[in-house]
Amino acid sequence: MSNLPSLRLHIPVPPARPGDAPSFDHLRLSEAGAVRRPDSAAPEAEMRDLPYDLIRVLDGEGRAVGPWDPKLSPDMLRRGLRAMLATRLFDDRMFRLHRQGKTSFYMKSLGEEAIGVAQSLALGERDMSFPTYRMLGWLMARDYPLIHLVNEIFSNAEDPLKGKQLPILYSARDYGFYSLSGNVGSRFGHAVGWAMASAYKGDDGIAIGYIGEGTTAEGDFHEALTFASVYRAPVILCVTNNQYAISSFSGIAGAEATTFAAKAIAYGLPGLRVDGNDFLAVWAATIWAAERARTNHGATLIELFTYRAAGHSTSDDPTKYRPADEAEHWPLGDPVDRLRQHLIALGEWDEERHAALVAELTETIRAAVKQGEAVGTLGQSKPSVREMFEGVFKEPDWRLIEQRRELGV
Amino acid sequence: MAVDLKMPALSPTMEEGTLAKWLVKEGDTVKSGDILAEIETDKATMEFEAVDEGTIAEITVPAGTEGVKVGTVIARIAGEDDDAAPAPKADAAPAEPKPEAAKAEVPAPESPTPHKMETGARDLVAAVADTRDDPEVPAGTELVKTTVREALRDAMAEEMRRDGDVFVMGEEVAQYQGAYKVTQGLLDEFGDRRVIDTPITEYGFAGIGTGAAMGGLKPIIEFMTFNFAMQAIDHIINSAAKTNYMSGGQMRCPVVFRGPNGAAARVAAQHSQNYAPWYASVPGLIVISPYSAADAKGLLKAAIRCPDPVVFLENELLYGQSFDVPKLDDYVLPIGKARICRTGSDVTIVSYSIGVGVALEAAKQLEGEGIDAEVIDLRTLRPLDKATVLESLRKTNRMVVVEEGWPVCSIASEIVTIAMEEGFDDLDAPVRRVTNKDVPMPYAANLEKAALLKVSDVVAAAKAVSYRS
Repeated sequence: MSNLPSLRLHIPVPPARPGDAPSFDHLRLSEAGAVRRPDSAAPEAEMRDLPYDLIRVLDGEGRAVGPWDPKLSPDMLRRGLRAMLATRLFDDRMFRLHRQGKTSFYMKSLGEEAIGVAQSLALGERDMSFPTYRMLGWLMARDYPLIHLVNEIFSNAEDPLKGKQLPILYSARDYGFYSLSGNVGSRFGHAVGWAMASAYKGDDGIAIGYIGEGTTAEGDFHEALTFASVYRAPVILCVTNNQYAISSFSGIAGAEATTFAAKAIAYGLPGLRVDGNDFLAVWAATIWAAERARTNHGATLIELFTYRAAGHSTSDDPTKYRPADEAEHWPLGDPVDRLRQHLIALGEWDEERHAALVAELTETIRAAVKQGEAVGTLGQSKPSVREMFEGVFKEPDWRLIEQRRELGV
Repeated sequence: MAVDLKMPALSPTMEEGTLAKWLVKEGDTVKSGDILAEIETDKATMEFEAVDEGTIAEITVPAGTEGVKVGTVIARIAGEDDDAAPAPKADAAPAEPKPEAAKAEVPAPESPTPHKMETGARDLVAAVADTRDDPEVPAGTELVKTTVREALRDAMAEEMRRDGDVFVMGEEVAQYQGAYKVTQGLLDEFGDRRVIDTPITEYGFAGIGTGAAMGGLKPIIEFMTFNFAMQAIDHIINSAAKTNYMSGGQMRCPVVFRGPNGAAARVAAQHSQNYAPWYASVPGLIVISPYSAADAKGLLKAAIRCPDPVVFLENELLYGQSFDVPKLDDYVLPIGKARICRTGSDVTIVSYSIGVGVALEAAKQLEGEGIDAEVIDLRTLRPLDKATVLESLRKTNRMVVVEEGWPVCSIASEIVTIAMEEGFDDLDAPVRRVTNKDVPMPYAANLEKAALLKVSDVVAAAKAVSYRS
């Protein structure tokens, strides 16, 4: 034996486990308005400080401050608030329906609503998003019909995906919402591929892709960044860092060592780290990256720093792996509350109007659910068995025709 | 229309709970989101919220009732369109027969497993257990009812106690005890050095495991499901399976890749695939796919000790099924040996994994029709025990292969080839395959049911090869 120390591994341990007091002291946060805003065409080498800061616009009093303030109109702010609330109320309702056995599976966006909504409103109709399963806000912001969501969740005879896909894994091409995949990571590369196709054709649409912080461990993340960098693809690549990959805390994905935005540096891409619970900051960073992409300056990696306030899905129990009250201690607050506070601070909103909006949306959602329930909930109303053989190929091959005949459908 | 309120499942594993307290009474009007009751599980007290609107017409399970099964009707709500309370008696099911010996004083659930959502996949989990005594077990050995989940855990724990080079690695295997709780208790016993939570990258940890195996350890790599292992298939096939060969025997790769395979319940196209034929086609890989808990235990222990890379294909729907497991200090089964789990003389039904239960159920039904079926569980898919298959064929002269998977280029195709090439003279009828439909798995319950194989298909095929209809 040599007299060198024996080698050993570091095993990341979350700062707080069930029963402990929640702790977020280890987070690197910046003050609202404190981070500089370079020109969107500036060379990447001049902005390597940004991935370690946190772009924030809304301060503790609900004021929009600093160079990243996108100066949105009150109407747009109200539109954002409405879509975020609709997402939250819809999620609540569907989660309860799951507990009653009316659907088999559900995932909430709770705490992350600002992301999907702000980016959906900030980007254009010809752009394409490659969403994860916590991006319902994108569809809400573009007024996707609630009844389509409900029918897909119930997998009934009017399900737009005809009984083929899991609840909440929506596909809505006309709303700039690429088909959701149940396998994480793969769509990150597809976003770059779509963006490269757009540039190849000389179109003007850009792509926006999403990946969770946990999934940045996948090769897909690094491969997508490599191609985006090499070909200067017109794409915005987002890491939604909601602190948890099902039960694994972000340390298992490497958060102890650096930020996820900082991973951009090695690829020569700008990395922005953004308060994901701040509607204005998400908007501003997205517009900055979109401008860069649209002017052929290439891709940007945005880390959306947020907190998954609900469980991963209806299949896990978060109290088993984190303090039950951890969400309440998240230092960046709640995205809906913060936007509401901002609108009130501007004199463009009040508690009464807010309560009326909640009541109106609740009623709209309730009506859509009733309408879907009238068609049927899980297992009651059924897509045609013939559907099973449709869509495998554009034209059915002899195998499909033979099987269909055997079943007599 | 009255709406039944059912005992909710407040966690994925909850089967029953205590209705601690009602916060509403009959005649109260409720709206969505109102807290109706407090329900206690063994873990927590949770609030139960209303989804539907209306008037509480009837509370059928009083506060304080313990052991209320999930799915039991606990109250009825009259909708806005109904006359409210009193409860419309005519609407209520005409005096559902209640089991005399019901332990809890609650109405019987509508079906034995009411909280389980409708799915064709669960129909595959047979009620019949295999019947044949295991020749590998000494007579008089005590048998202990064990779930497949526990058997797999026991196999890993025993091998980890026995050999300090064995460790387990995968997503959520440590602190969360595995997505399907197969690694339950391992972190507590063996610590975080040997039970390792990994970043989310199947390609990554399959490669790290392959490297660790070549570095002299015996890794057990858990895939949350084999659907995710497609990412890692390059390491499994191009590295683990071939390194021994390519290095002229210098490097060995004693790694086990394990996890659930095949269709689970209602998880649709990307998460419902049987990869057995994919892996079984690769020289250099051992491929095991057990049905019973005893086989799961004995074969996983053998897999961990195997000097070659093993793909160990489990089935999520079988994890909770209980089987007799021999109580022996070191129960290790031979790799590459099929098991006759029901002897018969008229027709041979060959299967593996969840298909074995389907085959056994079919055999039971066939018995009623005077057809005596022999059921073979292949257990190992590479190397395949063709001797047992051909010997049975020599006896019965008729064969059906049952496989929960696609028919094209399947294990069933391989068995048919063996029967044709080496058992041609013993065949009195062409071999039939009973498999899933040749389409991606749909989500909707009725489509899923139509896409999966069925007991009745096996019965029909067995009759067809017997020229009986």
